[in-house]
Amino acid sequence: MYDVILPLKLFKSNKLTILAVAAVAVCVFIVIVVMTVMNGLTVDFIDKNHDFFSDCIISTDSLVGFGHYDEFITSLRSSDFVESATPVINTFGLVKSDSSGKNAALSLMGIALDSHTKTTNFAQSLYYRKEKPLLAFAPSYNPELPGCVIGVDLLVERDSWGNYQQWTILPRWSYGITCFPLTPKGTLVKTGTSISANTRTFYYSDNSNSGLAKIDSTVVYLPFEQLQSMTGMNIGPKRAGAIFIKFKKGADFNKSVEKTTALWKDFVGLKSDSEVADLFKTVNVQDFKSYRRESIAPMEKERAMLLLLFLLVGLITVFIIFVIFYMIVGGKSRDIGILKSIGASQFGIMRVFLRYAVLTGLVGAAVGIAGALVFLDNINSLEDWLYVKFGFQMWNREIYAIGDIPSRPGFALPIEVAAAAVIACLLGAMLPTIKAARQNCVDILRVNQI
Amino acid sequence: MIENNYILTCRDIFKSYRMGAVHLEVLKGIDLNVEKGEFVAVKGASGSGKSTLLHILGALDKPDKGSVFFQGKNISAFSGRKINEFRNKKIGFVFQFYHLLDELTVLQNVLIAPMVQSGTIGWLLHSAKAKKAASRLLGELGLTARAEHRPYQLSGGERQRVAIARALINEPDVILADEPTGNLDSGTGNDILKIFEKLHSAGQTIVMVTHDDRIAEKASKIIKLADGVIAPA
Repeated sequence: MYDVILPLKLFKSNKLTILAVAAVAVCVFIVIVVMTVMNGLTVDFIDKNHDFFSDCIISTDSLVGFGHYDEFITSLRSSDFVESATPVINTFGLVKSDSSGKNAALSLMGIALDSHTKTTNFAQSLYYRKEKPLLAFAPSYNPELPGCVIGVDLLVERDSWGNYQQWTILPRWSYGITCFPLTPKGTLVKTGTSISANTRTFYYSDNSNSGLAKIDSTVVYLPFEQLQSMTGMNIGPKRAGAIFIKFKKGADFNKSVEKTTALWKDFVGLKSDSEVADLFKTVNVQDFKSYRRESIAPMEKERAMLLLLFLLVGLITVFIIFVIFYMIVGGKSRDIGILKSIGASQFGIMRVFLRYAVLTGLVGAAVGIAGALVFLDNINSLEDWLYVKFGFQMWNREIYAIGDIPSRPGFALPIEVAAAAVIACLLGAMLPTIKAARQNCVDILRVNQI
Repeated sequence: MIENNYILTCRDIFKSYRMGAVHLEVLKGIDLNVEKGEFVAVKGASGSGKSTLLHILGALDKPDKGSVFFQGKNISAFSGRKINEFRNKKIGFVFQFYHLLDELTVLQNVLIAPMVQSGTIGWLLHSAKAKKAASRLLGELGLTARAEHRPYQLSGGERQRVAIARALINEPDVILADEPTGNLDSGTGNDILKIFEKLHSAGQTIVMVTHDDRIAEKASKIIKLADGVIAPA
């Protein structure tokens, strides 16, 4: 029982405890705040990719695309694990603003609004047609005109708070968009001896804010069939560049990807005698994370590096606790001698100091977690205040597509960090505790007695 | 195991220490018998080995050679667990510098001895009895009003009485006292000595180390240590 009471008494009375608790609390605070922010940014980025690309993507890097996509989408829709699927064309084109005369080579994305809005979160990315996404390509000032949706960062400025300065009324802007059509064999379509180019005028009908900076600053969305004809993908068997697939709720994600892959293989086998069968060779079936690995992998690597850094923070905590407990045990050697003289065992002494360490870890973790939660709860207001007062921003909102700084640590992170703090305290206290337990009580208590 | 009426016996005890390059032979073949109910005073000059002998008798230290028997059982052969139990239940130590735990109250300092050998459940079952015994002891030693005080709030004499209460709480067979009045003024020292006399008259076996002849005279047997051996009477 003494090994329950004494740790509490030592914890309450020893001033060095405050140092140990503070050391643990600071480490816990730092880990929770940084992990919450960094994790939040990574998870947010992955979620935005998921919103944009849906669950699974069948795609080719070739600008020629692949054929028979519509038949495969029909077979996918009849399967038990697919909620919806939509064809997509990814290509490049020259976009010339009729009002400014400026032009740029941009990515063009052909989407079929009815299936695309069912498969992805495209509707939520719109500004003017959020409520009526099927009219996204119909300019509000004249729905009969051919419309285009433009990536928000291509058109709209952001203020220093990160808010887009949208026009209240949709401006009547038109763009000449030029594509170079390709045959199924990958050659440019020619008219006589000159290269054929398709130029059509589209009117600005909306902008899309996907939250993915690279996409929002380079992509112009066009109606699927129009882009298909402009790129020559309607010549021969109609072609698409990708199929985005959304799985049904509750369907096992990995198994659904495997099933899609198997279905695709079967489909390619069935179409082996098609005149565009060669185009299937460049087609891959991937989940959205694999498809976007070039963007997601660096962030996940950063997160892994961060975990490594926090392992070092953990080691520093262990060392700090070791030093503090070494001092505590040194100051308590007389008490250890007394306890041994009245029959306390080595393990009993160890229990006293290890429980003291656990208590230090628990209280330190509780203080650190409480501090981190309060700080995170106010991190955005704090940043706003710093910006108003001193002009400081953690991320320049004119450059980075970050709304609020992530401030929700979730339930698991504080528990994991608290457990790690307690383990760090146990490890740090272990050596001093063993030393305490092995002390010879005669050596401790002998005062001028030899 | 040896058959006799002695509560404590030591045979041919040798003990030495190494202090840097110096090898100190502190005890050189001590033979000692303590009968039940006896008040033995161990006298000797500083460094004569009195405290070392007391520590060996109480199993706080091990002799280099020789054996200590408690009620005929060789305590040198005890396992670690049994030695801890022996120190807790059979022996009560009283030190010159009181050695109380500063974090605990007077009552808790007395109760720490029965706590040491109780598990949490055992303590919950028996704590009421132990608290009653501790309160009784504190009452007998005139410390009832001090029960909730901390050691630093007590005088030297009061602290030593708390240490005596802690030594007595488990009703040990032997009290080993290492110069219990050595750190007290003569008046307070006399008060403490009276407590030991009272305990002795109640049948308590006491082995007390002292270099004070006045205190040694109160004992029923005096053993004088000189140069690591028992000097002839």
